[in-house]
Amino acid sequence: MEMSKPAGHNALDDNRQGLIGKPLDRVDGRLKVTGRATYAYEYNEGGQASYAYIVQSTIAKGSIISIDSAAAERAPGVQLVLTYKNMIAQGPKTKESSPQLHDEKITHFGQPVALVVASSFEQARAGAALVNVRYQQDAGEFNLNKAKVHARVPPPNQQAPDATEGEFEAAFVAAPVQLDVTYTTPHQSHAMMEPHATLALWNGDHLTLYTSNQMLAQAQGAVAKTLQLQPTQVRIISRYVGGGFGAKLAIQADAILAAAAAKKLGRPVKLALARPQVFHVTTHRTATEQRIRLGTDKDGHIQAIAHESWSGNTAGEDFYESAADQTRSLYAGANRKIAHRLSTLDLPVASSMRAPGEAVGLLAIECAMDELAEKLNLDPIELRKRNEPSQDPTKHVPYSTRQLVPCMEEGARRFGWNKRNPKPGQVRDGRWLIGHGMAAASRGNFLRPSKASARLDGDGILTVRMGMTDIGTGSYTIFTQIAAEMLGLPPQRVRMLLGDTEFPAAAGSGGSFGAASAGSGLYDACMALRGKLASAAGFNADSALFANGQISDGGQSKPLVELVGAGLEAEGEIKPGATLKQFSQQAYGAHFVEVGVDMDTGEVRIRRMLGVFAAGRILNEKTARSQALGGMTFGIGAALTEELVVDEQLGLFANHDLAEYHVATNADVPALEVVFLPEVDDKANPLKIKGIGELGICGAGAAVANAIYNACGVRVRDYPMTLDKLLGGLPAQAA
Amino acid sequence: MIPFTYERAQDEAAAARAAASTPNSKFIAGGTNLLDLMKLQIEKPQHLIDITHLPLNRIEATPDGGVRIGAMVRNADLAADPRIRKDYAVLSRALLAGASAQLRNMATTGGNLLQRTRCYYFYTPGLPCNKREPGSGCSALQGFNRMHAIVGASEACIATHPSDMAVAMRVLDAQVETINGQGQRRIIPIADFHRLPGNTPQQDNTLQSGELITAVTLPPPVKGEHIYRKVRDRASYAFALVSVAAIVERSGGQIHSARLAFGGLAHKPWRVNAAEQALRDTPDRPAAYHHAADAVLQGAVGYGHNDFKITLARRTLNAVLTPTA
Ligand SMILES: Cc1cc2nc3c(=O)[nH]c(=O)nc-3n(C[C@H](O)[C@H](O)[C@H](O)COP(=O)(O)OP(=O)(O)OC[C@H]3O[C@@H](n4cnc5c(N)ncnc54)[C@H](O)[C@@H]3O)c2cc1C
Ligand code: SF4
Repeated sequence: MEMSKPAGHNALDDNRQGLIGKPLDRVDGRLKVTGRATYAYEYNEGGQASYAYIVQSTIAKGSIISIDSAAAERAPGVQLVLTYKNMIAQGPKTKESSPQLHDEKITHFGQPVALVVASSFEQARAGAALVNVRYQQDAGEFNLNKAKVHARVPPPNQQAPDATEGEFEAAFVAAPVQLDVTYTTPHQSHAMMEPHATLALWNGDHLTLYTSNQMLAQAQGAVAKTLQLQPTQVRIISRYVGGGFGAKLAIQADAILAAAAAKKLGRPVKLALARPQVFHVTTHRTATEQRIRLGTDKDGHIQAIAHESWSGNTAGEDFYESAADQTRSLYAGANRKIAHRLSTLDLPVASSMRAPGEAVGLLAIECAMDELAEKLNLDPIELRKRNEPSQDPTKHVPYSTRQLVPCMEEGARRFGWNKRNPKPGQVRDGRWLIGHGMAAASRGNFLRPSKASARLDGDGILTVRMGMTDIGTGSYTIFTQIAAEMLGLPPQRVRMLLGDTEFPAAAGSGGSFGAASAGSGLYDACMALRGKLASAAGFNADSALFANGQISDGGQSKPLVELVGAGLEAEGEIKPGATLKQFSQQAYGAHFVEVGVDMDTGEVRIRRMLGVFAAGRILNEKTARSQALGGMTFGIGAALTEELVVDEQLGLFANHDLAEYHVATNADVPALEVVFLPEVDDKANPLKIKGIGELGICGAGAAVANAIYNACGVRVRDYPMTLDKLLGGLPAQAA
Repeated sequence: MIPFTYERAQDEAAAARAAASTPNSKFIAGGTNLLDLMKLQIEKPQHLIDITHLPLNRIEATPDGGVRIGAMVRNADLAADPRIRKDYAVLSRALLAGASAQLRNMATTGGNLLQRTRCYYFYTPGLPCNKREPGSGCSALQGFNRMHAIVGASEACIATHPSDMAVAMRVLDAQVETINGQGQRRIIPIADFHRLPGNTPQQDNTLQSGELITAVTLPPPVKGEHIYRKVRDRASYAFALVSVAAIVERSGGQIHSARLAFGGLAHKPWRVNAAEQALRDTPDRPAAYHHAADAVLQGAVGYGHNDFKITLARRTLNAVLTPTA
């Protein structure tokens, strides 16, 4: 089916079995906690594998003069040393392909320059240390601010990089109240739990990769292009993925190198990145510099709004951080300017990380709004209400749903926002300065083509197949709920098979479109299967009802198992359609935070945090809440600690391990409160859901930053807000 | 990790003997630091002597009223020991401020003292680092040095010692007991145990090659309020930017005595006699705290990213010394 018009009333609205929305425990939970969910590196298919270890460049830019691998080749257990000189044939570097060990060129620190393969992991690692590489080093550019002068207009990402409405410059200059601020956000790392890993094995000309990937169809195409194969010669299996957050959207070096080594050796090869390698070998979120200008009338109505963002990437990469994109639709204002520029940095490849664009864009715009509210002497919620648009101010179409104001109001009520002292630095608890802040959340909603098959057998088991992934979000569980509800079966009767390119191609997990896209493809397959079952029963497909293992119509019921014979199967598919253009689609929310700032040391601790979200229909209260909790936790990290620090002499991320790249720990995260407002979005997809995987992070960090300002009166515009940036503005100690 | 051989020591003398007679050998205790460094080939022992089964895991009273802590006592056990919690609270608090519960379950008293710096460049083989590759240079001097030393550093190395436990032991005037390959025992005051980097930053401490730590002894308890204040970038599982171990005796508006040791400032736990003198029998007022801070920070220099530590150390000390209302 194509989403060409709003979805009408359907079986999920009826929810006859009550499975939709139910906080069902994860169907794969037991497998995971007992260690029986098999992750990429744990497969032993194809017999005894060899183990590979990557040798990384120790310079950031230049070229390889020589590689001496003789000692490594002689080392115990070593079977192969792969370098650009003996790498298997690969296609050229394009948008879709990612050749490895391609030539002598070094484009970033930590780039793979050789691969050592041995009988054991330890031998491979020991061998890797014996590879001696000499380099010719060139000067590189590692500083985004300095690289700005050469910034270019990047090719479109989701949307064109630039947009204008009306006459921004003139309107801004004429505005009675003006704010012009620049915020910077640092490079960040996904820091998912499972590092990238692959087991590669060849069967003749056919390659199978057990790997950790979010988007299998895309990975299949990329591997095929890189290794000059047909997609049908490549099978990707990712049944369980230990987190991705965007780091596993594209295939990475582990997949290509393992495949190459397996081909050379004629045996299976396993390759996992060691944790410190992940930071340089794979992708990260680029730093941004964002200038925001807001011009309003005396009452705070926005007349001019500009959001310009600079980000960086390796030469030849077009991905930019679309930090200003949400500002297109977030607030009203007739005169607008959105601009994105991309600079070349000699750092590892930058790519998507959880809520690419919004996550860091809202760190800037939502603090700027807080600054503006203070300037206008308005409550931050009131300022946002005054700028609530009646339709999308850039696309000039209605919103599919937009509950930003209800989210703010419900949040304010629950949080006790009216007790907040708007004047910074006034509230104390012992040696803690207490502050309260809020920010809006907004995240674009997407739908991607996605296919599914559903088959009911005589044993009463419904088997669903989708080349979809569950990256730890709960996809297995919500798809089970959808399928069970659609066919009127208990969830235990559903066998959900994901993570294999042999299955119908699905959207994959990315951009928060996974549940909506694959779920809708599944919905369509279930509708088709319902049709077949209805005709087998001699019932009218449109009026037949499915519940408790029965189909019923006109007062008659029949058990489904009696209708399937040797098994009934149907395929389904969703395609995005006109509703994407006809409606502006975002999920919304509001964050409320209470922080304490230690008045002596500047240490910041979150004391309370509440997120209220409106994100379409909620399929599973529990998994949805977990997504929001995770997003908010990401927001805390982004606000307070997360930064890949660039050594600007050497061009590396200095803190490339989890001891020094500081994600939030349990102790940094208090009990978080999550509330979902009732909503259905019939313009989004037949499930009437919206993406929620990234909504929680959007605005969360800005709310923390605004609370810090309210606590101590120090406005930091350079994330993360580590204590050194607050120290200078803290109250003087007694002399 | 390069291939290595392994043995389990039968007793402490045998362990020390094995270490003295086997070139390029190392003891392994909890392994929480050593194994990480071996995987990165920063430590490259060819032989490991496992000391985890030696009977060095007791906490016992000493005849003079102090405590003797076996080198194999786990950080978690030491922190939870009732006597330590009661009489040496600063030590218990310092331990609990360190690492994570899982690491503290593995980490040992001896290993903790000998954990190596967390300097980013020390951890990145292939880049210059005098501590890892003597003579190769110090990448931190011109590089990212947020965690680095502001006192006692040298042009060769500006690393800090990361231990929390050692800072508390320094304020308690602990003594390190050792045995060497010849069976000779010696006692090293904690003040002399860790060293400043000078021109030989590859040497963290004054242990001789093959010397085994058998115990750490604490003198009789020191009266006063025991404080350990650790300032770090996140609430848990982060090394100190600045930490202060303090034992303060005060009454009636007077400070009678204060002992102060600092973590995060130097290549060793930092203790300055003049600072403690400034607080001896003095009115309990901010001016005195500032005098102490002046003494501690005398000659302090930042290297860019760590400049803030000078302010932070002063403010943290002030906070520690200010009586809680
Ligand atoms: C992520 C992370 C965070 C951490 N955070 C903190 C923190 O916040 N604060 C903190 O203080 N520490 C922290 N630690 C460090 C931790 O405390 C040390 O790793 C631990 O104390 C080392 O003890 P171990 O027994 O495991 O030593 P091992 O790793 O076994 O040994 C360390 C060294 O000591 C030598 N050795 C061990 N025992 C003896 C002995 N008896 N005689 C002679 N030599 C010996 C070994 O040969 C080796 O060289 C952290 C560690 C990690 C990994
Ligand atoms: S500070 Fe010391 S440990 Fe760090 S790079 Fe310099 S020499 Fe090496």
